[in-house]
Amino acid sequence: MWDRNQMAARAALELQDGWYVNLGIGIPTLVSNYIPEGVEVTLQSENGMLGMGPFPIEGEEDADLINAGKQTITELPQTAYFDSAQSFGMIRGGKIAMAILGAMEVAENGDLANWMIPGKLVKGMGGAMDLVAGVGRVVVVMDHTNKHGVSKVLKECTLPLTGQKVVDRIITNLGVLDVVEGGLKIVELADGVTEEDMRASTEATLV
Amino acid sequence: MKKVYGSAAEALDGLLHDGMFIASGGFGLCGIPELLLEAIKQAGTKDLTFASNNAGVDDFGIGILLQTKQVKKMISSYVGENAEFMRQYLSGELELEFNPQGTLAERLRAGGCGIPGFYTKTGVGTVIADGKEHKDFNGETYIMETGIVADLAIVKAWKADATGNLVFRKTARNFNPPAAMAGKVCVVEVEEIVPTGSLDPDSIHLPGIYVHRIIQGDHEKRIEQRTVRAKSASGETRSA
Repeated sequence: MWDRNQMAARAALELQDGWYVNLGIGIPTLVSNYIPEGVEVTLQSENGMLGMGPFPIEGEEDADLINAGKQTITELPQTAYFDSAQSFGMIRGGKIAMAILGAMEVAENGDLANWMIPGKLVKGMGGAMDLVAGVGRVVVVMDHTNKHGVSKVLKECTLPLTGQKVVDRIITNLGVLDVVEGGLKIVELADGVTEEDMRASTEATLV
Repeated sequence: MKKVYGSAAEALDGLLHDGMFIASGGFGLCGIPELLLEAIKQAGTKDLTFASNNAGVDDFGIGILLQTKQVKKMISSYVGENAEFMRQYLSGELELEFNPQGTLAERLRAGGCGIPGFYTKTGVGTVIADGKEHKDFNGETYIMETGIVADLAIVKAWKADATGNLVFRKTARNFNPPAAMAGKVCVVEVEEIVPTGSLDPDSIHLPGIYVHRIIQGDHEKRIEQRTVRAKSASGETRSA
């Protein structure tokens, strides 16, 4: 099984040289620590920035420079700033090659749910619906099951959707799955995980 | 043509009325028109509808108008980080319309550009699409969203000249230009008003045609989540 950092490292292998990429909050943020040597990617922050740098050194925080998670960050030599309409113009317009996002549930047809649990406090979808509808490729990184051991990789999502048929690839602690015709295809198994383990933890159809 | 005013209260004089619709710039607490929000609180204008990506925190940003119960409705993409907001929403005192973040930004931009509606893939197949017109283009389904025109836009910029040409700073630009464009009247607060002619005309982020009134003032510019990395360990990060 992979831990959080190994899942992030595996997700980083999805990145290709020259790509503009948006990373979600949580494990996807860790992906930036594992960008392979020789691969140059530019990180987009949907509040209006391309070329997102690391957290600042203490004392150099700038209230005017934050990421989409509202954390203080830094700029890089290639950084560009723009307004929210242009930011989502490049997202909706398909200029961002890939988004790597967390999820609550993914279905075998690529449906994604990651913004709302009915009956619980709803904070809003932020930019997630725009991202999954607009970017070139959507990769989900999440634990395969919830804390009760119930599969999050489902035949159909039970939670309200963030996007319909939008996920291309799922990376979990158990391995890598692709959304294909008729269900999900096992691309890779994590260290020490057998195909039986994967099948036992997956409610969705594996083809 | 006089656009520069002495204070936030003077700049808003004659523009406020109960039940009005205000578009506000800002993302989280970054680039919010904090002086104008405080002046609206002082003015006591009620039953306000805000198009604003977020609702501030309890004691800063739009949060200060929630405390005084001046807000009737929020149009936002994300409203976490605000306990009073949640209390009023769950008790039914406050209306909330969730818009996907990019849809909200484009609704403001479009409204300001004279575009009453547009089609987007964002939200197709979700609750956001309920009740909206669906239309296929090149085999893909889109939903119609409408442009927003607000009674008033309140905006924060870094610098302005006396004619209202604006320059923003880093990610504090965010929703400010589209909000400014959406307003029938736009009031801007800046950190510095500079002599006309001192801004590079090629580097104006928003031309003064969108700006009607300007004030200069001191800004608190509160940081919502201070994250830093240690100087010694390379790449290691910690939250403080």
